[in-house]
Amino acid sequence: MTDTLKRPQKRNPVLPLRLPTLPPGARSRAAIQMSAAVAEGRFELQKCHDCGQLQYPPRDACTTCLSIKLEWTPVDGRGELISDTLLHHSNELYYRQRVPLRLGLVRLQENITVLAHLHGDCPQATAPVRVRAHLDKSGQAVLIALPATDTPNMADDRILREMTSDPKFRKVLVTDAKSATGQALCKALSDAGADMIWAGIAEPWKQTPGFDAITKLPNVTVVPLELTDNRSVQDLAASIGAKVDILINNAEFHRNTGIADRPGTETARAEMEINYLGLMRLAQSFGPAMRARAADGSVPSTAWVNILSIYALSSLPSQGTFAASKAAALSLSQTLRAEMRQAGIRVVNVFPGPIDDEWTQLVPPPKLAPAALAKAVVKALQDGVEDIYPGDIAQDLFNKWRQNAKALEREMWDQ
Amino acid sequence: MSRSRTRYDGVVIAAPVTVPYVRYSEKDAHWFLARALGALLKTSGLKKEQIDGLGVSSFTLFPDTAVGLTQHLGFSPRWLDHLPFGGASGVIALRRAARAVQNGDADVVACVAGDTNHVDSFRQNLANFSRFARDAVYPLGSGGPNASFALLTAHYMQRFGAKAEDFGKLCVAQRDNALRNPLALFKKPLTLDEYLNAREISDPLKLFDCVMPCAGADGFLVLPEDHARQLDLPYARILGTIERHNAFPDDPIQDRGGWMLDRDDLYAQAALGPKDMDFFEAYDDYPVINALQMEGLDLCGYGEAPDFIRSNTFTIDGTLPFNTSGGQLSVGQAGAAGGFLGLVQALRQVTKQAGKTQIPDVKHGLVSGFGMINYDRGLCTGAAILGRA
Repeated sequence: MTDTLKRPQKRNPVLPLRLPTLPPGARSRAAIQMSAAVAEGRFELQKCHDCGQLQYPPRDACTTCLSIKLEWTPVDGRGELISDTLLHHSNELYYRQRVPLRLGLVRLQENITVLAHLHGDCPQATAPVRVRAHLDKSGQAVLIALPATDTPNMADDRILREMTSDPKFRKVLVTDAKSATGQALCKALSDAGADMIWAGIAEPWKQTPGFDAITKLPNVTVVPLELTDNRSVQDLAASIGAKVDILINNAEFHRNTGIADRPGTETARAEMEINYLGLMRLAQSFGPAMRARAADGSVPSTAWVNILSIYALSSLPSQGTFAASKAAALSLSQTLRAEMRQAGIRVVNVFPGPIDDEWTQLVPPPKLAPAALAKAVVKALQDGVEDIYPGDIAQDLFNKWRQNAKALEREMWDQ
Repeated sequence: MSRSRTRYDGVVIAAPVTVPYVRYSEKDAHWFLARALGALLKTSGLKKEQIDGLGVSSFTLFPDTAVGLTQHLGFSPRWLDHLPFGGASGVIALRRAARAVQNGDADVVACVAGDTNHVDSFRQNLANFSRFARDAVYPLGSGGPNASFALLTAHYMQRFGAKAEDFGKLCVAQRDNALRNPLALFKKPLTLDEYLNAREISDPLKLFDCVMPCAGADGFLVLPEDHARQLDLPYARILGTIERHNAFPDDPIQDRGGWMLDRDDLYAQAALGPKDMDFFEAYDDYPVINALQMEGLDLCGYGEAPDFIRSNTFTIDGTLPFNTSGGQLSVGQAGAAGGFLGLVQALRQVTKQAGKTQIPDVKHGLVSGFGMINYDRGLCTGAAILGRA
């Protein structure tokens, strides 16, 4: 049984900071495709279109019939652990800090042998197990075998936690915590066992229904944070930046306008100021300290979440300037992801459809409840995925975008 | 049904050379291979121009291959072979060179294998060993073959009842043999207790189960028998050879190797049987592979190596002398030269040049190779039988 994760002690400032290292991240193009699926929460292996052969490791052609028509297909991961070892020695710095560690060969029910990390609760070979794929600290997919059925505290497993960003015992900053989604995020993080939640608010004088109750949660602290103001962001970073384990950028400025229906650029500028430049300011002020603490103790800094919009992928013309600002934020987040990856910090992008709030009053359902968004964000952190598309509309548009982005552009014209 | 193999009549192997192994070297692989080729010239009395065939095996020659080496060292061969087979490269170099000489594609082929070992080169080699290793093994922390062989060893022990003492017996016997070999890097005796109580590497493997990477090179010549006689070189006959790659791909985990598919051909080609072998030089990066080779080459049945180990001594003066140089486990693993070590030692035995490791009255010796853990198992297997001239 996995030992329950204990609330970490206060860090002894005299001890040297453990510097972040990464597991080997080089992959072939085929293997990167597997990582891409895992980043979106899917465990897929290559299947031959012509003969149906399933295979791993990823190849450029079918190992049975040499067909080059390979498709990525979801797999269940059930199999038998046929041999296991406890590794005490590694030549890689990352693993030298983490041995001993268990590895095993698993024969999947599809008759493929895979090498996988072993969750601590897996019995010794031979035994039934479930293989899952996760992104490791380098951002690439690796396999881990879990026991056949869930065990107590299994999320607290040492190796599994290297691949996830569970909020449990972590200190989290939520921007624009007064908004409906901000409040829902604070509540969900509190429920998930976050150690501290800093609720960033821009306009302290403004009374927002429900926020009082959030501030009364035992682990919530209200802090001033105005994303349009460099000084405000820097001041907060100077105060708490060295403690933030997870940053959730939930702030957004949202108006319903295209190009022709509103003269001038003021609205577009305001959207860019928060949605794009706000992210930039946060990243410049909070990013470096988070990167530095990415291997510090049992709950190191671990993740950065951006609440984007499904319209970042394909513009909704009736909210065109908003979509453009989210597209800009998406592009910037990819740079942020590449930079944070150097320390093993995961950047999670959330692409919701319309959220049920004051700015989507005239949008027909289904709309995403703030609590559902918050739940999806916490789950993404716990599961260690990189991109999520919560809600029916987001799922629908994401699928269409994957199938044919150009066709989706046309479908959006009259929405 | 494959056609049966023809013999290597009229072609022989001669001039075993070793560039002494060292734990680390600041030199490059080219330096070691140059010294091996130089030693072959010196031993044979041949001029450089008379070597018109080259077979080269090396992991650390990158970015060069055998091609770059020809210009680097000033050879103009009319036959050239690059052998990326790791532990099977010796046997494969021999069998290819033998056919080239037999058919007139080359007059004299120099086969060399060697690698350097810089302080960080082992780690870098592992990281880029193969595409599957880079995609699906190395990222999990199993820096190199230790974990791969640990998994094969654990499975073998569980399935066939081998004990740590069985593998220990082989390691201890090999160390005993190594103490007679001045070229071995390990100079101290090893007891079974020391073996069993050594530092854990990757359960069930402990320190003395794992080869020590080092730098060095080995080489030999393949040439017509009458040419060898003219040069007054002691030589051995090539009585049979086999190679196989990626055998038994459907086995869930490797507990047998390609030798099983080809051994009947090997013994038929030599018109000999396993009982005729006076000694056995196996590829021993980890002792479990010794067991697979004993079974694969029919010295005992599938899964019966534990009993076979218990009923032999494997020392030079005992029953079935085994890895008489000390093997890689006691000499060191100089990269690809590890694939030549057994063959070069077998050549020394059969030509009575084995010094203090010499077995009396040698007629036939068995050499085996195993190489390239591409993903979860070793892909290359090979074997050869050498006979006294």
